[in-house]
Amino acid sequence: MKYMMFVCTDTEPDTDKSAEPDIEVWVAENDASGRRLDGHQLASVSAATTVRVRDGELLVSDGPFAETKEVIVGYDLLECADLDEAIEVARTHPMARGGRIELRPFAVFD
Amino acid sequence: MTEHTGRSAADAAAAAARDSHAQIVATLIRVTGDWTLAEDCAQESLVQALQRWPADGVPANPAGWLMTVARNRATDVLRRATVERRKLRELAALAPTDVAPPAGKEEVVDDRLRLIFTCCHPALALDARVALTLRTICGIPTADIARAFLVTESTMTRRLTRAKTKIADARIPYKVPSGPALAERLPGVLAVLYLLFTRGYDAGGEPAFADEAIRLVRLLDQLMPGQPEIAAQLALFLLQHSRRDARRDSGGDLVPLDRQDRARWDHAAIAEALGVLSRAGADGPYALQARIAACHATAPSFEATDWPAIATWYDALARRNPSPVVALNRAVAHGYAHGPAAGLALLAEARAGGALDGYPLAVAAEADLTARQGDPERAAALFRRAAAQTHAEPERRALLDRAADLSG
Repeated sequence: MKYMMFVCTDTEPDTDKSAEPDIEVWVAENDASGRRLDGHQLASVSAATTVRVRDGELLVSDGPFAETKEVIVGYDLLECADLDEAIEVARTHPMARGGRIELRPFAVFD
Repeated sequence: MTEHTGRSAADAAAAAARDSHAQIVATLIRVTGDWTLAEDCAQESLVQALQRWPADGVPANPAGWLMTVARNRATDVLRRATVERRKLRELAALAPTDVAPPAGKEEVVDDRLRLIFTCCHPALALDARVALTLRTICGIPTADIARAFLVTESTMTRRLTRAKTKIADARIPYKVPSGPALAERLPGVLAVLYLLFTRGYDAGGEPAFADEAIRLVRLLDQLMPGQPEIAAQLALFLLQHSRRDARRDSGGDLVPLDRQDRARWDHAAIAEALGVLSRAGADGPYALQARIAACHATAPSFEATDWPAIATWYDALARRNPSPVVALNRAVAHGYAHGPAAGLALLAEARAGGALDGYPLAVAAEADLTARQGDPERAAALFRRAAAQTHAEPERRALLDRAADLSG
């Protein structure tokens, strides 16, 4: 089962003072186990561009700059047996504490 | 065939269906992965029992009979839908008596346990967990659940469907977590059972839900022996529920603890709870609440209650699970143990920061402490204010009665 893991910032990060897990170690471990298929950090939202087509017309705009401070800063594509395994992978990502992780399963077509 | 026999057979069918519903649904979900199919087939087995048992007699193994009918029904439905042969083979391999899992093999997990942990998975919304538990494990009709949640039946149907769709789409596993994950997930399961119990116990609730919660925690206690908080929750439920006949008067009004007829408490349930409590831990949140409830249950009268002990348990509970409601109850306990002034001081602490604003029980507690401090006029006004904030009619009337007593 493939899960897209969105790495996001959060307005209320963890206040625990103990050291966060190391991202390099997290990537190496999950690459080695085959649970992480791909992933990357994203450039700042100030580099984001929105593309829409309406009535055949191309509309390109800067942004989006949502009101919220919670933005996607990276992604990882996971291959896990089930949601519990994906949660276990997500919990050890440093941004589970510094921000939050959203797990979205790939849609399954019968 | 006498009418009496027909009724006995119908009762036997209902009792057998109630006892084996969770097992049938849990097994069919494991084999077919189809929650709705599993529920429909369990329902169908009851319908057939109600039709056939009055005429044919109650079978020797009612649970096995129901399981066989449900399994055959599932086979028919799946065959018509021409799904994978594997599921059909697995269904065929289910022996008619395969109601209980084979004993002696450590790794065999009771399907009902899988079902409980899946229904209570934290990736589902809390309300959805409670509703799914009621519908799928307890077999409560959707209409009854909707009534308890104050929503329409179609809204509840959608909510249940959404939860089942999420289980499938996100692949929430059908399993009991093991190792450290079990310790993380068990409190969430107990939280759902607690909500289920309070939905039955609270004013305007569905009394049957409290019975279902007790049945479920009993099952959990039996399937996962040696978990102190499960035993503690069972003890707590039994103790709370032991007062069910005494806590409402003939008009349905709430009778406060100090006016309850203690002879009408279920003393067999209390005795059982005290036995269960001896297996519970000392400091878990349910253990502490159960010990408080046990102090009340074993007190010969309200006046003779061991309030200092209750106050101490509340101190521990407030440290372990601080919450505004615990702080409120702690203030009340200290008010009885160490005088109304001590209670009012702790109550002021509990209300600091507006944590209990708009919470009528906080006003009622202040009213009671004020009355005992010897200010009936102010106490009566506070009881009336608490009544104005209370939506449940029996509680509202009880508060107005207290105000009237003080004014009279």
